[in-house]
Amino acid sequence: MSSTIIWTIAVVTVLGLLLALVLYLVAQKFKVEEDPRIDEVEKAMPGANCGGCGFAGCRAFAEAAVKAPNLDNNYCPVGGNDTMAKVAAILGYEVKAKAPMVAVVRCNGTCAVRPRVNEWGGTESCAVKAQLYAGDTGCAYGCLGCGDCVKACQFGALSMNPETGLPEVDEEKCTACGACVKACPKKVIELRPKGPRGMRVFVSCLNRDKGPVAKKACASACIGCGICAKTCTHDAIVVEGNIAYIDASKCKLCRECEAMCPTGAIHGVNFPKPLDKDAIKERIKIRNQKAKEAAANE
Amino acid sequence: MSKRTFSIGGVHPHDSKISRGCPICPLPLAPTVYISVAQHIGAPSVPCVAVGDKVKVGQVIAEPGGFVSAFIHSSVSGTVKSIGPRPDLAGRPVTHIEIAVEGDEWADGIDTTDTLVTEIPSDNKAIVEKIRLGGVVGLGGATFPTHVKLSPPPGSKCERVIINGCECEPYLTSDFRTLLEKGEQVVVGAAILRQVMGNVPCTIAIEENKPEAVAHIREVIEKLGYEGIEVMEMKMMYPQGGEKQLIDAVMHRQVGSGALPISVGAVVQNVATALAVYDAVQKNKPIVDNSVTVTGECFPNQANLLVRVGTPLRYILDYLGGIPADAAKVISGGPMMGRAVANLDAAMVKGTGALLLLTEAQTRRAPESECIRCGRCADACPMGLEPFLLQKLSRNSDVEALEANAAHDCIECGCCLYSCPANIPLLDWVRLGKGLAMGAIRARAAAAKAAAEAAKK
Amino acid sequence: MEKLLVSPNPHIHAPVSTKTLMRDVIIALIPAVICSFVFYGWREILVMAVSVASCVLLEWAITKYMLRKPSTIGDLSAVITGILLALNLPYTTPWWVVMIGAVVAIGVAKMTFGGIGQNIWNPALVGRVFLLVSFPTYMTTWGAPQGVVDAVSGPTPLGAIQEGLMQGASVQELTSAFNYRDLLFANLGGSAGEACALALLAGFIYLCCRKVVKPWITLSIFGTVALTSLIFWGIDPARFTDPLFNLLTGGLVLGACFMATDYVTSPMSLWGGVIFGVGIGFLTMMIRYFGSYPEGVSFAILIMNSVVPLLNMWFHQKKFGRK
Repeated sequence: MSSTIIWTIAVVTVLGLLLALVLYLVAQKFKVEEDPRIDEVEKAMPGANCGGCGFAGCRAFAEAAVKAPNLDNNYCPVGGNDTMAKVAAILGYEVKAKAPMVAVVRCNGTCAVRPRVNEWGGTESCAVKAQLYAGDTGCAYGCLGCGDCVKACQFGALSMNPETGLPEVDEEKCTACGACVKACPKKVIELRPKGPRGMRVFVSCLNRDKGPVAKKACASACIGCGICAKTCTHDAIVVEGNIAYIDASKCKLCRECEAMCPTGAIHGVNFPKPLDKDAIKERIKIRNQKAKEAAANE
Repeated sequence: MSKRTFSIGGVHPHDSKISRGCPICPLPLAPTVYISVAQHIGAPSVPCVAVGDKVKVGQVIAEPGGFVSAFIHSSVSGTVKSIGPRPDLAGRPVTHIEIAVEGDEWADGIDTTDTLVTEIPSDNKAIVEKIRLGGVVGLGGATFPTHVKLSPPPGSKCERVIINGCECEPYLTSDFRTLLEKGEQVVVGAAILRQVMGNVPCTIAIEENKPEAVAHIREVIEKLGYEGIEVMEMKMMYPQGGEKQLIDAVMHRQVGSGALPISVGAVVQNVATALAVYDAVQKNKPIVDNSVTVTGECFPNQANLLVRVGTPLRYILDYLGGIPADAAKVISGGPMMGRAVANLDAAMVKGTGALLLLTEAQTRRAPESECIRCGRCADACPMGLEPFLLQKLSRNSDVEALEANAAHDCIECGCCLYSCPANIPLLDWVRLGKGLAMGAIRARAAAAKAAAEAAKK
Repeated sequence: MEKLLVSPNPHIHAPVSTKTLMRDVIIALIPAVICSFVFYGWREILVMAVSVASCVLLEWAITKYMLRKPSTIGDLSAVITGILLALNLPYTTPWWVVMIGAVVAIGVAKMTFGGIGQNIWNPALVGRVFLLVSFPTYMTTWGAPQGVVDAVSGPTPLGAIQEGLMQGASVQELTSAFNYRDLLFANLGGSAGEACALALLAGFIYLCCRKVVKPWITLSIFGTVALTSLIFWGIDPARFTDPLFNLLTGGLVLGACFMATDYVTSPMSLWGGVIFGVGIGFLTMMIRYFGSYPEGVSFAILIMNSVVPLLNMWFHQKKFGRK
């Protein structure tokens, strides 16, 4: 009995040692010489493997970053400036800090303001829907509401609001990796600078139809009236093809356009105070009057 | 002679040709028509009239926007009211020319009589030019400009013209009625086409469920005494009328992936196109109308109507008594390949061959369940593809694998989804995958072209 | 009509669903089930009832309480698993052994992989083989048929021959005890489904006519079994059994017609199916001739089930216009 046990232990031990030797030899023979900095960079990465940087994953990014002569074209949107500072320290490169970005849904055609004109009976996928049809509302530009962006987001930052039929971004979770931007066939989602304390103003509509047509399809569509562009004193708004666009780099967050927009297509978010439309309108009125007087005086 | 069919796949939907007994009758003119500038495959046409212009029936109102493009003619006489975007049947904005109808005055030089002209002009170039000026496009569904098809690239040789009278889609009867009522014109059109292609033999292919049409066309050919035109009775099988399938059935030749029918020596034209060719060449009459089957079990007033291009779909349905309460879906085309109409205010285009109304029970998709790997989709696929695999690859956007598994060969016939017991939306996904694969192929071709040009410099 | 329904083509669907396909399989199994009832009496009815009920209940319970998905018992596939499991067991099997078989078939072989469409091995066969190796006593005690028909009793033909060969008898002596007409029309000890080859074949022909299954897999199994045994039998008729005997015994007909043709666990392409069938036939004969189990169909099918993903990868349909 005891000899059986001893034999068993002996055989297993010898076998284990032999196999370990084989493993060691094979590992030596097939060893791949790699820049050790790749591992270091990879460790500094968030490890989400989301592909937001344009590479297949964090490892691929690390390989590319180590090979590249500088970090200008390699930026990890998920880790942001902190991660990039670490990467730069490892590689001895300079890195330019980038403004943090966030995904913004540029459609405010909720179920209430954008009536459904037909019923979709095909696959619940925006990509499939967009292939053959303009969508189940009168608006051919807005959100299709099947949630391809929600499926694409691996940080759980997007969710469909069943009441509005539109996706909502959880700013805390959004890493601006851009997966939703790629997934949206209507290009409704845009990455915009997060803004100071998250405050930003944007046009939440993409409808390029002429005013009356757009308005008929969706009560809160941008009708391309241009009032916002005329109001803006910072030259931040362009109206082109019946649609307004706010340049985030020029916007000073005065919210005048938001107050003046006749359809409510311009949204300001994360402001500490609610929008006081009347006060702003009054302010603009006084300013305009002064300008008129000045012009008359000349 | 045994009836022929294509070699791979296919399905047998019930043919439901319930409107086969309704003769083609003209639809009264609508008060306003909206003529789209994108009624064909290729570049949209460019409007050449201005708001306020008076136009006559058959007058050119838009010119081709490229080689693969077509002339568009006014289908009515009246005043141009507006030119601008208007949602098409899918709800997408497309430029339309709005014309308020005033009377029915035809442009000069158009022969509107019914007399049959059998003398075919001898100058082939002039014939093709007349077809081009007549705005003739393939009316079988794809609306490919006919003059392009009739100008084969140098080096290729046509060996047979096939006139597609299969009408393999269930419900549709407009081609059948055309064969019965305008058989002579179709046969003359066929004779013109075969002469243009170099006096090659011509086959008029008709499915076996239309024996009257087969007998009538045989009679007409004998009566007119044309040589080289034969009628071939085809087996009833969907998609017999698919271009590649029909060539396979008639000539036993398979058109390769991405290749044109001319690569195996075939030119296929639909029956309605043959009629349009006759009209354009013999009567100087451009395409201003097309016969439309309006049908469905739930639709009591089934009809085959001759409808002017640009007529709003709602006007057609209202003329026949409006949409019944139990109809859930209106389809432009047949139930297998037609497109569901999202917008009834959309206007009829040249290629509109049918309006089909289906009830909720007939057309609502059953909920999707797990794939049981029965392989029925692969058995049904007339292109020999494996939809169960392609749909998975498409869901994962695996472009390389999609291309390797020939997703771009899909003809979107719908056999896979039709036969799937688990109701998996195979075609929805395969179509998406086809787009991805085609995109990759095009991008590569463009890159190769750019590289070649760079090398030249 | 309030709003137009919009969806991509096709807009109609063939009158076919997973449920109708499974229903056809059940209809095809009815003759064999009736035969088993007739030959083996009320105990077989009990086995069948316990098997079907436990399979269906288990699938319902697992989908509801563990996977929290909509129940899939409506597609009737669990009923088929239950019937096939019962047909693969001797009618003397105690009810609790049948239930264990059902738990393994549905719980382990089917639902663990994600339910219908996802399993790698035929659930009923996994259940059967599990019982065969776990409860060999129950599984090889073949009681004599007790039904309304007079019947011979004893071990299964294949079991008897293997035992006889070990004792030094020759095959001719041993097979002479069996009448092929009896094999075709039943009356032998064995699992219930082996009772009547003719009833099984009738059901299979029904399935082929309804285009539920294609005959290639089954035919290639039969062909391979016949050919392999013909060769061996030709070499030494004293050691190896003859082709007809092999075709009619050991659940080959049941396995080839209803187990190997299971959609989920068989290849989809024509040539994949043929290779699959040839593999099953050959392995069956090797196990029968050289293995320690007298019957090999179940093992052969399970082994070939494992190869199906490879066969699906290697064999594709011919694509239109491509070489």
